[in-house]
This record gives sequence, structure tokens and C-alpha cells, in this order.
Amino acid sequence: MPKENYNPRIEIHPILNFEKKKLVKFYFEGKEYYGYEDEPIACALIANGIKVFHITKEKKRKRGFFCAIGRCSSCLMKVDGKKNVMVCITRLKEGMKIERQ
Amino acid sequence: MKGNDIERKITIIGAGPAGLKAAITIADLGGEVLLVDENPYVGGQLVKQTHKFFGSKELYCGLRGFEIAKIFEEEIKKRSNIELFLNACAVGLYLENNKKIVALVKNEKLMKITTDVLIIATGAYENFLLFENNDLPGVYGAGAVQTLVNQYGVRPGKSCLMVGSGNIGLIVAYQLLQADIEVKAVIEILPKVTGWYVHYAKLKRCGVPILTSHTILKAIGKDEVEGAVICKVNRNLKPIKGTEKRLKVDFICLAVGLTPFTDLLWQINAKLLYIPELGGFVPYYDENYETSIPGIFVCGDVSGIEEASTAMIEGEIAGISAYEKIYGKRKETEALKEKKKKELFALRKGPHSKKILIGLKKLKNGY
Repeated sequence: MPKENYNPRIEIHPILNFEKKKLVKFYFEGKEYYGYEDEPIACALIANGIKVFHITKEKKRKRGFFCAIGRCSSCLMKVDGKKNVMVCITRLKEGMKIERQ
Repeated sequence: MKGNDIERKITIIGAGPAGLKAAITIADLGGEVLLVDENPYVGGQLVKQTHKFFGSKELYCGLRGFEIAKIFEEEIKKRSNIELFLNACAVGLYLENNKKIVALVKNEKLMKITTDVLIIATGAYENFLLFENNDLPGVYGAGAVQTLVNQYGVRPGKSCLMVGSGNIGLIVAYQLLQADIEVKAVIEILPKVTGWYVHYAKLKRCGVPILTSHTILKAIGKDEVEGAVICKVNRNLKPIKGTEKRLKVDFICLAVGLTPFTDLLWQINAKLLYIPELGGFVPYYDENYETSIPGIFVCGDVSGIEEASTAMIEGEIAGISAYEKIYGKRKETEALKEKKKKELFALRKGPHSKKILIGLKKLKNGY
């Protein structure tokens, strides 16, 4: 069933209409990506195929998105130089610099 | 921080179905109320729900969750005696004489709300599950998957393993199909599906395998989920050796229940009781939805995991009680409260409410 040209962005849906918002540029680990303004940063990352949000200090375990409501702390990242930002509830803005902390 | 200190009569934390209904009820009785929520929108989890609701017309039957959230948004706007703070997260709660003090972070600034009466309608958070590699990126909560897919139109992956066959597991699995995502299987550790038949039948018709007496042993993958190992369980819910099966999926969705979000209640040393039927630790409350701390009320999932429809009625009852505490009882308020209690009772008559009723009985006797 999954399409060959897999697109993480849903274009056609039987119930929902996803309004196209303003496309903005952001940086992840120095590389350029695009996402929609004011969507959670986590959504923009996943839509760009980025699932590993940080790597734990001691055991080097990969961590990603989990709860989406700012509860679980699995998605902490460095945003514009500020550490421990919960990217699941922080909105994407033009030119944001997002890094694994 | 003086400029940021405010005083209010009634404050509600959480603008989900329960908190919204409480605010509207208070406003319609003629009271003034402050409603705060950490999100930039009202509606709580309604905004990500695309299935149609059941119940009565008063409870918005036939409408989808996100449509109900829109109606609420309009209803709140219409009432000038409801003050709404969005992007405002309650991070602390303190008691001072008879007043309640809420520490609120609004637009990254700390502010202090002193309130006479407080309604806590903070909802719940998702349960996690113990299995090997459960921290691998691609293991997501069911609510989080709904946020991605239904609220922002982003697919978490191409192919999913759904863990849990309660209503959330069944509904979200169906919503994944609607978003053109494959559901490899829905697994359930118990010998039978725990959600409603209507949701189960929809999935069955689409040919999704629903495997009861099955559990997940581990997630497979180097950097992110590439598969999962599932197996059968025996009558004691223990894995049966030799029944392991490998599934190729790129994300695993956990729909294994919710836990009431009671942090603020712990902070003020409110009486909490451990009641598994209600989702874990829940605050004790009386027939007016007042907790062990006078002037602090609860409603919705924070008082026990149930449905949006019951949360709304609980919100109305808590709202009436909070109003009475400040503005006094009237014949009208007492009659309305009785009516709402009857509606709630009627809503809990079905077989699916059995567990809740057992939990509520324990709550009543546990104090």
C-alpha cells in the first residue's frame, strides 16, 4: 500500500484539509531544510525524514519524538543556541538553527 | 514580578473538553472566570480527533473532535466574562490562607495568579511500555501520532505496528489507514479486544490483522525503528517461547492507556488514591467534584481516565460547584447540578462504563 514516491506530507485526506502555510527555511546541523511556519519543530524535522533528535551522553542511545505534548522530554534539542528546548511544542520560525545537543 | 501578579475569583487550568465546559457553565450562570492553557489553541486533545462522536446532541454527537474544538473556540469568544490565557503553562501551585496561588509561565515570563477557587482540568498523559529498544526513534505514543497525522498532516512513517486495542488504538489505526499509512497489525495482550466493537469492525473490514494474546518483545533498528518482534502470550500474559514473529515496520505506535496528570495536586498535598480502574493515582473528590482541599475542584481525565463526553459533564458539574462557592447557591444552580448528575449517570449505563463505576466506588469509599 505505501506509495513508491513516499511523501511524509499528507496531500490528500478523506476528511481533513491541510492548509498550506508559509514555507520557511531552517537549519538542522548546519544543513538547509524547509518547513511550515508555526508548525512544531518536531513535525518539520519528521517531514524532512529526520527522526533522531538527540543522542544520550553516556550510552549514546538515539532518542526521538514520543509524546508531542511537552511531557516526556525525549525531544530536547538546541534551538538558536538555547539547550533543552522541547521541539514538540516549540513552533518553527524562519531561519531557526536546530541542533542535536 | 509585581507587574505580573493578578487576582481572580475563579481560575481553570486546562482548556480541554472538561475545562471549556466548566468555563462556559460558570459564565452562563453570570460568574467571571479565568481559563488558562499551555497550548496556543483551546480544545485539548479534541483538535487531533477526526472520528465522529457518539452520545446526545448536547454532547455534539455526529461531529468530529476538531469540529467540536472550533465550536468551543467560538463559544468562548462570545462570552466576555471568560478571560482566556493561551500559551500559559501552570508550573506550580501553592496554598496561602484560603487563597490558591498558581505559578504560570506565560510567553516565557513567570506570573502569579491568586485565586479563591481553582478548577484543575489538566487531563492525562500517555503510558509507556517496557520492551527492548523502547527508546528507539520511531516508537511513538498514539496521541503523538494523532498530532502528527491529523493536526499537522505529517506521516510518521509508511508502515505501523499498533500496540493496544482499546478505543485509542483502534481509532488511531483507522486514522492511519485514512492517511494512506499501512497498519501491519494491531496487537493486544489480553485475549480479547478492549475497545468498542464499532471501531474494531471498521478495521476488520479493511483487513487489518488484529492479534489478541500478543505482545511486543522488542523494537529492531540501528538509528530508528526498522521492525518489531512480537509473540503470543499465555493465560498469565507471559510470552510463549517459539512464537516470535518479526514484522517489518518503520514505526511503532503505543496505545497502552493514559495516566491522570496530577502533578499540581501532589504539590499541594491533596489526597490522592491509587485506583487502577481510573488510570492510577487520582485525586479524591466529593459529589461536587471538590477535592480534599476546599475550593479546589477537578474534572475530566485528571480525575479518572474516561471519555470526552463524560469529561464535559464533569466540567459542567465542577463549574456549577465552583460558581456556588463564590457567588452562593441558588435554586437554579442546584437544579442544574442535579440535572447534570442525572445525565452523567445515564451516560455511564453502558457495559463499557463498568470499570469506571468500580473505580468510582473505590474512590468514594477510599477516604
